[in-house]
Amino acid sequence: MSADWRIICNQMVVDVDLAQVEIDRIFQALADATRRDILTRVIEREQSVSALAGAYRMSLPAVQKHVSVLERAGLIGKTRHGREQHVHAEPQRIRLARELLDRYEVLWRHRIAAMDALLAEDPAHRSKE
Amino acid sequence: MPVLAVEKDLDRHLLTVTAEFAAPVERVWALYADPRRLERHWGPPGAPATFVRHELVPGARSHYYMTGPDGERTDGMWIVREVDAPRSFEVDDAFADEHGEPKAETGFMRMRADFAPVDGGTRVTFVSTFESTEQLQQMLEMGMEEGLTLAMGQIDDLLAEEGASV
Repeated sequence: MSADWRIICNQMVVDVDLAQVEIDRIFQALADATRRDILTRVIEREQSVSALAGAYRMSLPAVQKHVSVLERAGLIGKTRHGREQHVHAEPQRIRLARELLDRYEVLWRHRIAAMDALLAEDPAHRSKE
Repeated sequence: MPVLAVEKDLDRHLLTVTAEFAAPVERVWALYADPRRLERHWGPPGAPATFVRHELVPGARSHYYMTGPDGERTDGMWIVREVDAPRSFEVDDAFADEHGEPKAETGFMRMRADFAPVDGGTRVTFVSTFESTEQLQQMLEMGMEEGLTLAMGQIDDLLAEEGASV
């Protein structure tokens, strides 16, 4: 199952074909606090896996495991720099993760604006409740 | 501005929206209790809702449909779970067939609203809970995607209106 997503960001419309399994991977990847923290760090700047590991009280293999979950979800990418693996963020995919709930937020903002307009339109009315 | 806070919990598929309205609780409550008022704000932008059946009492089933920009009709329904007028209510919202019977394949979205009097108005907290990411995606695709895409361009106007009307 796949969906045609019209993603609107930075006044740019991007068509993305995203399979359901990919969406689930994104949400699973973001469901862990350490992985969200890793993502935040690499959004700030690209860095090596060993530099990332230095920031946590866990083993290098444990950090590598988190990094690979994020990589499978497409939220980050890795490039080789000599003997080191560098981790960088994939901002387009990160935006997609927020997109579902962001759209729902837009719907609610619309509803609330409509409720507010209704209340302003008919100020004399008192409910029979 | 009516919208005070929006919280998203990606793990639990939950969206909480807190808003404040410059009207007493009873009037804000009536926007949900009265089907003629409810249909004027429930539908997504570009797809107004029409409530065929609606009564905000526990156990009642509401039936509504949304009319999209191309005239296509999408039916929805509510099962009213809990009502404590005019303080809170909780409903399960689902896509439906033309008779208002819920469609099993998309499941239910739970919506809870709490109304509280505050100085000069009413604060309402809406909590929407989805069963899964997949369901959230389906809901957005089936009922809301088109309208919301339209809305993206209008959102600034809406927000400006919100600001001006308080």
